Amino acid sequence: MTLAVLEPGSDGVQLLYLLAVVLFILGVRRGTHPTTAKQGNLIAAVGMAIAVVTTLLLDGIGNWGLIVAGLVIGTAVGVVASLRVQMTAMPQMVALYNGVGGGAVALIAWSEFRHALDIGHELPLDELIPILFSMVVGSISFWGSNIAFAKLQDLIPTKPLAVPGQQVINALLVVGIVAACIVLGINRDDPSEPLFIAVLLAAALLGNLVVLPIGGADMPVVISLLNAFTGLAAAAAGFALDNVALIVAGTLVGSSGTILTLEMANAMNRSVPNILFAGFGGAPAAGAAGGEERPHKSVGPQDAAIALAYADSVVIVPGYGMAVAQAQHAVKEMADELEQRGVTVNYAIHPVAGRMPGHMNVLLAEADVPYEQLKEMDEINPEMPRTDVAVVIGANDVTNPAAKDDPDSPIAGMPIIEVDQAQQVIVIKRSLSPGFAGIDNDLFYRDNTSMLFSDAKGAASEIAAEVENL
Amino acid sequence: MELITEVIIFVLAAFVGFEVISKVPTTLHTPLMSQTNAIHGIVMLGGLIVIGLSDDIVNEIIGTIAIAFGTINIVGGFMVTDRMLGMFSRKPKPQVEDKTTVTPAESGGEAGQ
Repeated sequence: MTLAVLEPGSDGVQLLYLLAVVLFILGVRRGTHPTTAKQGNLIAAVGMAIAVVTTLLLDGIGNWGLIVAGLVIGTAVGVVASLRVQMTAMPQMVALYNGVGGGAVALIAWSEFRHALDIGHELPLDELIPILFSMVVGSISFWGSNIAFAKLQDLIPTKPLAVPGQQVINALLVVGIVAACIVLGINRDDPSEPLFIAVLLAAALLGNLVVLPIGGADMPVVISLLNAFTGLAAAAAGFALDNVALIVAGTLVGSSGTILTLEMANAMNRSVPNILFAGFGGAPAAGAAGGEERPHKSVGPQDAAIALAYADSVVIVPGYGMAVAQAQHAVKEMADELEQRGVTVNYAIHPVAGRMPGHMNVLLAEADVPYEQLKEMDEINPEMPRTDVAVVIGANDVTNPAAKDDPDSPIAGMPIIEVDQAQQVIVIKRSLSPGFAGIDNDLFYRDNTSMLFSDAKGAASEIAAEVENL
Repeated sequence: MELITEVIIFVLAAFVGFEVISKVPTTLHTPLMSQTNAIHGIVMLGGLIVIGLSDDIVNEIIGTIAIAFGTINIVGGFMVTDRMLGMFSRKPKPQVEDKTTVTPAESGGEAGQ
């Protein structure tokens, strides 16, 4: 059975694809403002629906039982996963969705290759090259994203896992993949499927090996890069299938992912090659190594409440720890209590607070924190010396003064929220343990720093209650 | 379609993507990443096309998995983006921070000297 309404490659089909692509571009464009972004997402989704329905109506589309099975399974998984995921787990979710997208590209490339073998059709180079490209890159993206997911989900250690001779193995794999692709190209009148599958597996291994040695702190950059890769792989699949919708949509994602990747890397003052090939400073910096017994001050919620209630200006520095503890609502309550007493409260948002740019803003927006209280790092840092109390809640590496003071630190040069410049610092944290980067934080041992050892949610609620009772 | 036409489309699309996307404020980068992530789920169309090409069992399995994966990418991607953006639009006032200039990073760097 086939619906066979539209002729593939006909003007009508191309116009429908053009409409879909225009809606993608408009959708992304509307995504540039918080007020129109939701609408933009809907517009892009409508574009996707048009592209899918158009394709389903093409002449030659068959095998309906399997198509429906694939659509139903995919929709069910997608709906359930996106409704159940916590806001805090968003980066992992994006990694996972990106991974399945990459997997789909690789499988489609394989299927096309098999089809050419079946009908004994010699693949022209302008089809074979895109097929090989999308297969290799899709496979890398699938496995790399899965590793990124597993790391962020704490299924495997977030610490860099290095294999001896890693770079050499990776280089050999790349050379092997390229060589095998050239052989497939030369023998394109009768290409070998086992060799094709070997390339698929080598790319899978490469995806694992490239991402495994990268520390958890760098993972957003990696996910973003893999997102761009999947986009390019989809564009390549479009070349192979002569499908203009795939080419344009894939390329759009390729360019956006590239920009995001560079921007995130920039925010951490790291270059992308450095992240990919260096791992994250294997050992902790010498200066911070013996820090377990260093003296520090600790306070209780009552003292913290007094310090905060009698301050003029308070800056809250939220981090991933606050998000994990689901403490954003409790923090908002605490801020409300302080504001009722006339204290000026602002939130300092590091570019990579949470685990991705904008992640923290989403979490705080969820708790109804007014948009204008969210200050970006460059905006808040000059205000720090005039700030009475800075409250660090579940943030760690992004406040570490070692980034400025210690040139040997693995995070040297990373821009930080300069809370150490504030008159007084209260750090709400469970323990003195190091953060995502795996290094000790000098801030905890400064004279003007007090540690409040507690979970973020409990501490914020207690402080709010104490302030209310003052 | 002619290869050269496809190459022209590819290059122009790259520029369009760059121009459109480089205007997104940092705040919206996570939703944006999620949305563009959903858009590359369009590869699912490739699955729809190839699954009809042949009826050999291996191809059918590969094609079905590809369609399911692509659909997860599309449906999950757009829904999750919608959930994230819902957090923003629930704000009572549409007062959007519209900073045209961001203080360059030097200010932070100097303070650290």
